[in-house]
Amino acid sequence: MGQPTYDSVAVGDTLPPRTFPLTRLDLVRYAGASGDFNVIHWNQRIATSVGLPDVIAHGMLTMATAARLVTDWATDPGAVVQYGVRFTNLVVVPDDDRGAELEVSGVVSGRDDQARTVTVDLTATSRGEKVLGRAQAVVRLA
Amino acid sequence: MAVNADIAGRRYPPAPVYEVGRAKIAEFAAAIRSEDPAHTDPEAARALGHPDVIAPPTFAVIVAQRAEAAVVQDPESGIDYSRVLHGEQRFTHHRPIVAGDRLVGTPHVDGVRQAGGNAMVTTRVEITTESGEPVSTAVSIIVVRGEA
Repeated sequence: MGQPTYDSVAVGDTLPPRTFPLTRLDLVRYAGASGDFNVIHWNQRIATSVGLPDVIAHGMLTMATAARLVTDWATDPGAVVQYGVRFTNLVVVPDDDRGAELEVSGVVSGRDDQARTVTVDLTATSRGEKVLGRAQAVVRLA
Repeated sequence: MAVNADIAGRRYPPAPVYEVGRAKIAEFAAAIRSEDPAHTDPEAARALGHPDVIAPPTFAVIVAQRAEAAVVQDPESGIDYSRVLHGEQRFTHHRPIVAGDRLVGTPHVDGVRQAGGNAMVTTRVEITTESGEPVSTAVSIIVVRGEA
């Protein structure tokens, strides 16, 4: 699949939905790479002691993973000029071989002829619950 | 201790320069399981028109959170880090972050409001190069849970 061009994209176009696994190993690796060592992302004992159901994924890891739907589609991660989300639900990551699953889909909701950008609305769910709200990326296309 | 609403409108001193390395970009990309060659292969990045490997869109959070620490650690802010949740995050990229960038993040507090016993603090980190070229604006809302 080649790079989408501004003229080839229409409002209402959908990005192929994908399911991304998130395991405990992903959380540990993200903690190290990002420098966010908050214990609720790797220590079940402390996570449950502060009232969480289990270890939860970093919101920023969920945000980064959802963005892959857009960057893989655009074929240039530098094309994303704006990206914002609300963290609406926890992504609980159990201590087993499967971990959690993040289901991400996207639809083109707007075009800006002046800037040659398109807006992609993203939906991300885990265990059937929406985990991101108002998730939107603005992508500059050639 | 409640969050001090007087911190709204404050600008904090910039965090020390953050130098973006190719290896750090590759490490971050691997951590989010992105296999995009623009993060690891300078030739692939140049083919897309970038001067060197570029960072994933959320990489800016590393620079932003280092700068935001000044707000959270300010004893006057009244923010108890153990009660903090991430509510919202938004990036505006003036250009992609590229390996070799020397970035400076300057934190601002844009607002403090109370909602249902919690405090919502909006911070904005302006990320520029050392010489002042705008690179990214990172806005985040942190939720400081009230004592029940």
